Amino acid sequence: MDCDDAIHKIYGFLDGELTAWRRREILRHLDECPPCAQGYDFEMELRQVIAMKCRDEVPPQLKRRIAEALGYTSPEA
Amino acid sequence: MADQADFAELAMPYMSALYSAALRMTRNPADAEDLVQETYLRAYRGFGGFREGTNLKAWLYKILTNTYINMYRARKRRPEQVELDDGEDFYLFRRLGGLEAVEASRSAESEILDKIPEAVVKEAVEALPDTFRMAVLLADVEGFSYKEIADIMDVPIGTVMSRLHRGRKRLQKRLWSLAEERGLVSGAPTGVAGQ
Repeated sequence: MDCDDAIHKIYGFLDGELTAWRRREILRHLDECPPCAQGYDFEMELRQVIAMKCRDEVPPQLKRRIAEALGYTSPEA
Repeated sequence: MADQADFAELAMPYMSALYSAALRMTRNPADAEDLVQETYLRAYRGFGGFREGTNLKAWLYKILTNTYINMYRARKRRPEQVELDDGEDFYLFRRLGGLEAVEASRSAESEILDKIPEAVVKEAVEALPDTFRMAVLLADVEGFSYKEIADIMDVPIGTVMSRLHRGRKRLQKRLWSLAEERGLVSGAPTGVAGQ
């Protein structure tokens, strides 16, 4: 496996969509190649940052609206 | 066959995730609330058809996605931002000086990531064209597998992969330009001349 290959497969790797054999191949490459390893780390962190920063609180009135629409009493009521 | 009496207990815990996704899709709180409410109503009515033991979260997202397409996409066609290309691999990392500068402190790029304000990340996601945005949200924010996303969006797995690939590159490009505009990173990219 070379760098182009490793970069090409990064999303499959981070998405958990590769076979165990491919994963091992990539991990072996990352062990020997600091620039690729840093790139992988960065992409992983970026994804965590995006997931973390795309969270919003549900407005209380929405919880109430849905509970009422479904005929439940809201727990907050 | 799922029992409607169990619906609230099983489905309500996903409201926060569904609302966040709805906000990114509609880009406005009032529409997001309507979308989530309509999703829950449709899910409640269809709950009898939900097979217990299958993935309830994915099922709810499928309803959310279809409801969004029915309610909003046809109605208000926002002109999509025109971009000439998607940008290369590791777009953001390269711009932040990574890859070319192994000797630099390992955490420099991560520190910048932490500093990117929530509003900027949201704005960058919301700027993506519809189909890319949904794929990226489902994978990167919600952690669905390619197969699950293919089911939710009703497209082949290959389409999911290409939308993700292109969507993620565009997202990085947008994040970079927003970070630049706000002075979070200094202008000239390091070590990417001629790339």
